[in-house]
Amino acid sequence: MNALVPLPVVVPLLGAALALLLARWPALQRTVSVACLTATLVVAVTLLVQAYRYGPVVVHVGGWPTPVGIVLVADQLAALMLVVSSAVTLCVLLYSIGQGQSETGESAPLTIFHPTYLVLTAGVTNAFLAGDLFNLFVGFEILLAASFVLITLGGTETRIRTGSTYVVVSILSSMLFLTAVGLVYAATGTLNMAQLTQRLDALPADVRLVLQLMLLLAFAIKAAVFPLSAWLPDSYPTAPAPVTAVFAGLLTKVGVYAIIRAETLLFPGGRADRILLVAAGLTMVVGILGAVAQSDMKRLFSFTLVSHIGYMIFGVALGTVAGLSGAIFYVVHHITIQTTLFLVAGLVEERAGSTDLRRLGGLARVAPLLGVLFFVPAMNLAGVPPFSGFLGKLGLLQAGVAAGGPLPGALVAAGTLTSLLTLYVASRVWNIAFWRAPRLATAEPVVRLPALMVGATVALVVLGLALTVVAGPLFDVTGDAAADLRDRRPYVRSVLPWLTP
Amino acid sequence: MSATGAGPNLALVVVVGVLVGCGVTLLLERSLTRILLGVVLLGNGVNLLILLGGRSGMAPVVGTAPTGDLSDALPQAMVLTAIVITFGLTAFLLAVSYRAWYLTGDDEVPDDLEDRQVRSQAARNEVATADLGGEGPDGDPEQVDPGPARRRRGDGER
Repeated sequence: MNALVPLPVVVPLLGAALALLLARWPALQRTVSVACLTATLVVAVTLLVQAYRYGPVVVHVGGWPTPVGIVLVADQLAALMLVVSSAVTLCVLLYSIGQGQSETGESAPLTIFHPTYLVLTAGVTNAFLAGDLFNLFVGFEILLAASFVLITLGGTETRIRTGSTYVVVSILSSMLFLTAVGLVYAATGTLNMAQLTQRLDALPADVRLVLQLMLLLAFAIKAAVFPLSAWLPDSYPTAPAPVTAVFAGLLTKVGVYAIIRAETLLFPGGRADRILLVAAGLTMVVGILGAVAQSDMKRLFSFTLVSHIGYMIFGVALGTVAGLSGAIFYVVHHITIQTTLFLVAGLVEERAGSTDLRRLGGLARVAPLLGVLFFVPAMNLAGVPPFSGFLGKLGLLQAGVAAGGPLPGALVAAGTLTSLLTLYVASRVWNIAFWRAPRLATAEPVVRLPALMVGATVALVVLGLALTVVAGPLFDVTGDAAADLRDRRPYVRSVLPWLTP
Repeated sequence: MSATGAGPNLALVVVVGVLVGCGVTLLLERSLTRILLGVVLLGNGVNLLILLGGRSGMAPVVGTAPTGDLSDALPQAMVLTAIVITFGLTAFLLAVSYRAWYLTGDDEVPDDLEDRQVRSQAARNEVATADLGGEGPDGDPEQVDPGPARRRRGDGER
């Protein structure tokens, strides 16, 4: 079973190389990409089952003993993230293939799209599986390098303008991360996360705090936590729809994942929790107020994305098992829903010629299916019962109430307010774009939306609904993962059997 | 960390400080070329910093010197990786700034258009997108009472 662990990284990377070689045969290239991502999904599901039943699956790359060599760890959290991310990337890939087939697609994917997309996937999976900090950094760099290419795809003026913001901010956060890695190594002499749990505990509290804040700063830029979130709504919306969707779904969540790892494994019960709580509250409220002011669908969703990152940070900062469990559930939910919404925005653009709310109207009558596809995930995001968004928020708010105290209480209030404002934003989009008299931004004759695009979106909407149905078992898994994270010993024991206290 | 050999030496620490300081200053500029130079300086500063984290000493080849005198090989390996990554990122940034210059004639990073629009609307106290209920029932005959009413009206006109 251990042999499976590197596959989610290796398969997409080899697939990328193959896809690059097959650039002249688009059909073959598409087949390779889809096959690779399907294989990744299957492997990820197997790993999750393994990790849930028997504990973390570990592989020592190259057979080197642990503190010397690199280690890949698929514990429950990592495996769960792998499953969700590969399912979502597969759906988005199918969507982009569908978009390539439509005649109106002005942003038709180039031959470079598939290899880059696979490299992006490999970076994301590598970051999830990384068992040491430097490998996590490398994972981040792989996905960033791929995302740079994807966000400036085509090299038009707008994309270069917004892309340069994204590139510079990402490079800066990488530099911060690298500095933190260097400092952690200087302080402890290791970068292996399991070994770090012991050595960091032995450090003076102030040194630990500095290291923790450095790492959190780097991760918070990637996760778009409030004071560091301004880059996101400026850079995401102009990219092609599938690219924006996968960025929105995955890239920020990799940052959240890294924050979860840092806060549980490396610095449990850290002194940064209060700062994180305040940042979480501000992220929620400021993000959603930004969304209220927007008049473009994609930008609006970018702001809801920022806002809902706050929920996850809230759960992590609470530090309780219930909070962590809620946060992990919310990550799973939010990856699915946010990606779906951006795909729907892409469909709207395809059908109506624009995502600008000022130029849209009456879509529900013109394209009823599109209306349903928007309505369900939008209500899900806003947290209307019985959808998974409601369950995730409920879990987090309960954890907040259980934690007690004025600050968690304020956060619960902020969370409720954000949920209501999200509902307001979602219904505003619905009122303006989907009700009213039909008004389209394009005068072109009606083209049928490619079946594959609609199909992929439907699949993701159904996945979002399925999260509601399986919420019980899923909460078991996230609860289990959260308990393991809090405990730390299962992780350390599986990586360094002889070091366990 | 350093049992033997030279610890972090002051000159190197100062160099790191100067590189990072200059890099950050350049990053605050608006022109992409200067930002690029800032990234180069910052990247090199950070790479040197990593190198400082390990023990210095002889070449880390077993057998050439007593084990205690060897330098720490791990930061060197990490720095090599980091240099390659920084190089790649720099090359991409260079391409972006060239493209920006090619398309617009300069390589300044402009303000975001939508941001400016939202700000000017806020200054004029306007709503971003009016959602005033708009047309009302009459504005869109199909919406409230479809079919019959409109057909009758149509008949009357004929």
